[in-house]
Amino acid sequence: MMPTEVALAIILLPFLSFAIISFIIRPFFNNRPQISGYVTIASIGTSLILSLWALVEVVKAPGHVLTMPDYLWLAIGDTSIHIGVTVDALAAVMLIVVTLVSLLVQIYSQGYMHGDPGYSRYFAFMSLFTGSMLGLVLADNLVFLYLFWEGVGLCSYLLIGFWFHKPEAARAATKAFLVTRLGDFGFLAAILLLYANTGTFDIGELHELALVGTLGGAVLTWAAIGIFSGAVGKSAQFPLHTWLPDAMEGPTPVSALIHAATMVAAGVYLVARMFPMFASSTEAITTVAIIGGFTAIFAATIALVMNDIKRVLAYSTISQLGYMMLGLGAVGVAVASGALDLEHGLMLGVAVGIFHLFNHAFFKALLFLGAGSVNHATGTFDMRLMGGLRKAMPWTYATFLIASLSIAGIWPLAGFWSKEGILAESFHSVPILFALVLITVFLTAFYMFRVVFMTFCGEYRGQSQDSHGLHESPMVMIGPMVLLAILAVVSGWLPISEFLGGESHSFFGALASPMSWASLVLAGLGIFLAYAIYSKKWISAESLRRAFAPIYTLFSRKYWVDELYENFFVMRILIDGLFAAFHRFDDRVIDGLVNGVAGGTVAAGRHIRRVQTGQLQLYGMAIFVGILAIVAVFFIFG
Amino acid sequence: MAVGLEHFLILSAILFSIGLYGALAKRNAIVILMSVELMLNAVNISLVAFWRYVAPALMTGQVFVIFVMVLAAAEVVVGLAIIISIYRSRETVDVEQIDLMKW
Repeated sequence: MMPTEVALAIILLPFLSFAIISFIIRPFFNNRPQISGYVTIASIGTSLILSLWALVEVVKAPGHVLTMPDYLWLAIGDTSIHIGVTVDALAAVMLIVVTLVSLLVQIYSQGYMHGDPGYSRYFAFMSLFTGSMLGLVLADNLVFLYLFWEGVGLCSYLLIGFWFHKPEAARAATKAFLVTRLGDFGFLAAILLLYANTGTFDIGELHELALVGTLGGAVLTWAAIGIFSGAVGKSAQFPLHTWLPDAMEGPTPVSALIHAATMVAAGVYLVARMFPMFASSTEAITTVAIIGGFTAIFAATIALVMNDIKRVLAYSTISQLGYMMLGLGAVGVAVASGALDLEHGLMLGVAVGIFHLFNHAFFKALLFLGAGSVNHATGTFDMRLMGGLRKAMPWTYATFLIASLSIAGIWPLAGFWSKEGILAESFHSVPILFALVLITVFLTAFYMFRVVFMTFCGEYRGQSQDSHGLHESPMVMIGPMVLLAILAVVSGWLPISEFLGGESHSFFGALASPMSWASLVLAGLGIFLAYAIYSKKWISAESLRRAFAPIYTLFSRKYWVDELYENFFVMRILIDGLFAAFHRFDDRVIDGLVNGVAGGTVAAGRHIRRVQTGQLQLYGMAIFVGILAIVAVFFIFG
Repeated sequence: MAVGLEHFLILSAILFSIGLYGALAKRNAIVILMSVELMLNAVNISLVAFWRYVAPALMTGQVFVIFVMVLAAAEVVVGLAIIISIYRSRETVDVEQIDLMKW
């Protein structure tokens, strides 16, 4: 049996590393910042080992749940908030994802961030992030979860704005923080709504209440939608997706860890964690499915035309997160409509969504690390200035290719297995969305191989004299990429889905289903089209662009969502409308009140002071008349 | 005709009224000061009269009168000093002209 302290240690070790770097290394050993990297790697590595221990224990435990004692944290009147951890199958899988990807990214960062003046600060933030993310995964009540939820948001802000001297980075950080905050507001409101109606923050208790039906109706629906709005912000789903592409201003390993593998997946994790609640409300779970399915194709179309390699990957991440949401939503819709057995359906939904999260974490982190490696060599993220890097960077090319095949869903790589699960479930319960995401399979294959061909094939298009200087990245960067590439192949073979209570799939049996063939053919078509356009140039990209000019403009301007927010919501409604109204209110009503009181007093004084003539004799007269009056009253009324 | 308490009181009241009239109606500061003296002395008369006719065994009334006289002397000293000082700077003792502190 695993002691509770171990579960807490998994969370606390990265925090300890943060403290050591911030309070000891940065003030006293700033001339040797590489120690910060070693401390971070050691602490996260230990967390990984403990997480593996936790995983083994969970596998052995009956029902795949380890019960842990709660600690009382706060008692306010009758309200008591506990700190506790739950280690169940879902948490165990997430622990492995977070610690493993984090560890590999930290090792990679040793090379990527080498010589950066903020080296120690970088690792301090990365430790803080990893700790918060692990806390988020293990928390067993909503308050505790929300605490870490905001913690990862803060780290995301700090790391996007890591190079804060660049104005774009500072702006992107602020934007990410504000946009996710918008979603978090709904999450917080949902937590308070649930507490007001049930008197508990405990996730397990809330699920029981939702399943029994004590918690139901409009309250449940609104609470679930509120929680989902938090997930929409964090996971960059439409309509709060605009922050993620801008977040690419941060260092690339940050994008790999936070904005591809873990933090953005926290939204999916949250929906999975609260899945029994979502599945109890048809409206809420349908919203999840629709938003997920729509975001998947919406973001994929934008990814088609981006020229910045990291932005393609960012939109791809948004699209893949949409897949995960759709996976959860599709099963949830089936459960809510009664098409699926409740107990089986609840586990199946989590399995379908989280399985894709698990696989996506590895191949998407790898893609970002590959983009970082390319940037390390060429100094740019613009694919129009790359090309032909295959010869100079064989390792980067090989790993990037594997990850691209995996995300495109080519059998038997990881992405194939989890994407099949999502397609199959959505086919049964939400056929319209199924059609959308099936098209997205084609789009995904196309935009990924567009990146591959533009970056690695053909001739180098940068400054020609630089082409001799192109070199493969150091081993410390290649090593983690190779490991991730292995994972991007095999992670789909691991029995994650069965472990989470979903369906198992046979290795060759998957090829027997027509659905698999449909998606494989579409993916193949996408790859072939990219090959035809960007490698062989049978079809000129330029002429295509002209032929579909309006659509091209629509995609490349990202459907004008940013402009809509910026010019309409922010400028018109907020600045010109609401803030101007506040300003007028402040100017006229509040200031008017204060100035009015002062002015009235002065004006009144100007008139009333005439009574005070300063003539003592008049005062004397008044006193005398007054006394006479008192005496008269005294005599008359006795 | 026997002179009784009420005669003294009537005299006192007449003197007090004259003094009051002078204090409230006159413009000249010195006249006002004189009027105040008149009022004080009117009070003195009634105090002595009350002592003599109501409680002749006690010395209270006389002591009171002595106090009032001392007070009046002091008051006149201060009052005249102020008036002289004002006259030096303003060249008038008309209380209506002395309005430096007025709004």
